[in-house]
Amino acid sequence: MRDMLCDTASSLFVRNLRVVRNGKALLNVSRLSLDGPGPTLILGPNGAGKSLLLRCLHGLIEPDQGRVEQDGTPLTDRHKAQQAMVFQQPVLLRRSVAANLDFVLKRQGLPRGARKLRIESLLAEGGLEGKARQPARSLSGGEAQRLAILRALALDPETLFLDEPTSALDPNATQMIERMILRASSRGVRIVMVTHDIGQARRLAADIVMMQGGHVVEHGLAKQVLNAPQSDAARRYLAGGLVT
Amino acid sequence: MALILNGDAELWAIVLLSLKVSIFAVLIAALIGMPVGAALAVARFPGRRAMIVLMNALMGFPPVVVGLLVYLMLSRSGPLGVLELLYTPTAMIIAQVVLVTPIVAALTRQVIEMLAEEYSEQLRSLGVSRLASVPVLLWDARLALITALLAGFGRAIAEVGAVIIVGGNINHVTRVMTTTIALETSKGNLALALALGAILIGIAIAVNAMVSAVSLRAEQEGLRHA
Repeated sequence: MRDMLCDTASSLFVRNLRVVRNGKALLNVSRLSLDGPGPTLILGPNGAGKSLLLRCLHGLIEPDQGRVEQDGTPLTDRHKAQQAMVFQQPVLLRRSVAANLDFVLKRQGLPRGARKLRIESLLAEGGLEGKARQPARSLSGGEAQRLAILRALALDPETLFLDEPTSALDPNATQMIERMILRASSRGVRIVMVTHDIGQARRLAADIVMMQGGHVVEHGLAKQVLNAPQSDAARRYLAGGLVT
Repeated sequence: MALILNGDAELWAIVLLSLKVSIFAVLIAALIGMPVGAALAVARFPGRRAMIVLMNALMGFPPVVVGLLVYLMLSRSGPLGVLELLYTPTAMIIAQVVLVTPIVAALTRQVIEMLAEEYSEQLRSLGVSRLASVPVLLWDARLALITALLAGFGRAIAEVGAVIIVGGNINHVTRVMTTTIALETSKGNLALALALGAILIGIAIAVNAMVSAVSLRAEQEGLRHA
């Protein structure tokens, strides 16, 4: 368990990362260092390459050029095992709520008794008490995303990537999820989250990576990026202009 | 109808043998077809596409040809002749396994491939390898796979061409519902043929009702595939 750890997580470093599809560079990041405690929010319009960057950081996509490094070495399976990811559309197993959590706990080799206790505490953490035996696929959108986050947290990750987890949710459901994210962050889980919601970035971010057209156009402390953006693209995006 | 209601021993012996042969055949076909179908769904290797085409083609293989091939394998001069299985219920099970396995494998491949597409990133994110994902996918597709097995059972129980060739339609030994209907009709014993026909139709309706119930449950529990 990483509870109560508030130290800085290990550093993630992106070096000359390039993802090309059909001859077009969808992602072109020469240098990005994520070594703060976060939460880091990756902000930008659709097609900016935010989700692609997240998948590269998590090792789900192999870049055509460049690499992601953790603690100075290229991303390994051991590093990936210390990461978890929550997708925009939660992909839940066709099992009960509890069985979705049990799936990852069992893979970690936890004995039955310990798994049961952990499932109870996770369900309480996500406000899903009483839904343990319910089929996961019958949960509402907000509940399903909360379960997906709990399942990711059950892996006890050092870094949690979230790809627009609240984009399809109403304000109440969004608020519950943001609280879960902040609680995880305060326990020492490094949060790296994609959003296009400026308000969400204001509420959650310690630092912000601003992207446009596959490039990182700005990276800095949230206050600095939000209040005094340096790049034209960031200024226009934050001013509510249409940035493509 | 009187034959059915009065519990005619000969009639029910035929029904029981039919069920026994087809249920065994479907179970064996499941043991072979499900892992093969799942492997074809998740593995990537040269010739995979050709194997899928072949498997789909085998689904429509004429039963009499299957019967003939199994006959040649099991006949005294065939490679498995030494086992002396020809004209036994085991030979009929083998023929039905050959007929049903491609159906189970092809439907499993289809279902698992769709599910694998949906689960792929999530399972990789959770550190589940391609090989380790097979049991996960099979379990999560369980209701759709039951439907595939019921489809296979439907084909097996209604089959006549292959089982008559390898079973020989021997009274009290290898006579099943379909072969009896064919024989008794040609003899003019329409009462027995009609009684067995009614039971066969009843089984077909029951199988379809089960498929429907399984689908409904899948719908209710959100287990249906996208």
